[in-house]
Amino acid sequence: MIDLVEAVAKEHEKNEFPDFKPGDTVKVHTRVIEGQKERIQIFQGTVLQIRGSGTGKTFTVRKVSGGVGVERIFPYHSPGVTKVEVIRKGRTRRAKLFYLRDRKGKAAQVKEDRR
Amino acid sequence: MKGIIGKKLGMTRIFNERGESVPVTVIEAGPCPVVAVKTEETDGYNAVQIGFGRRKPANVNLPRKGHFEKAGVEPAKVLREIRVKDPSGYEVGGWIKADLFQVGDLVRVTGYSKGKGFQGVVKRWGFRGAPDSHGSRNHREPGSIGQCATPARVWKNRKLPGRTGNERTTVRNLEIVQVDADRNLIAVKGAVPGHRNGYVIVSADE
Repeated sequence: MIDLVEAVAKEHEKNEFPDFKPGDTVKVHTRVIEGQKERIQIFQGTVLQIRGSGTGKTFTVRKVSGGVGVERIFPYHSPGVTKVEVIRKGRTRRAKLFYLRDRKGKAAQVKEDRR
Repeated sequence: MKGIIGKKLGMTRIFNERGESVPVTVIEAGPCPVVAVKTEETDGYNAVQIGFGRRKPANVNLPRKGHFEKAGVEPAKVLREIRVKDPSGYEVGGWIKADLFQVGDLVRVTGYSKGKGFQGVVKRWGFRGAPDSHGSRNHREPGSIGQCATPARVWKNRKLPGRTGNERTTVRNLEIVQVDADRNLIAVKGAVPGHRNGYVIVSADE
């Protein structure tokens, strides 16, 4: 019977983004509503983790803005997230890249995956 | 007040039209055959008796069997009465389906809460308990439960440890988020009493 629950949720899993993994650099397009106007905001950074499944799936993107680390967690299937562009593939040996938070400058880079 | 019997299937989360993530409970609601209609004149109150689920004919006792046969419906697993203001719209043998409700309606959901077994006074009644440290040797006990030589007994209704949960509970003002009449599914915002596969009554909140 639990699959009926999943069936209800499935209808809300709308987003299909190009395949991206932790370590990749991505541009995330989100819809922002300001008063009456709606515009697209872009957040570019490194994917730190992808967690969860179904409607609860989220991914974390980190960037350093003005010397300050900024992380945003996006619900993968949220209608507010309109597009994800993969700018650069990264080569990593683990699924969660939290160690990047403790690093600065060149050490905080992920090697590019040139395959 | 209109209502329907259902089965709690489980919880998940979905996105609403504003893009917000909403926690929902999915309920298999109906279809419920109308087994009897009670009216002010004949029974002293207005209600519809509806069934839910299917019971094997061999497992239906004779009084029940006659009752179902009289209504001309298949034996149901659960029989409940739902009070209505005007029973004239209901007909014995008719069906109540999930489309009884629309998205945005506010409902109350009644069921039996999960049984918690024999629980102490902190969980059962929300007593604060005593300090965990600083020399305290009393942690989760109720403390004094009464006075002294007068009245020399414990007052009735004293909150004490005991069996907790598994009691009839109603949650009000739950919003209907989704209705799927073809699959007999209703999704309500928030949590609903009881375990999965527990029977619940979804009725209009008026």
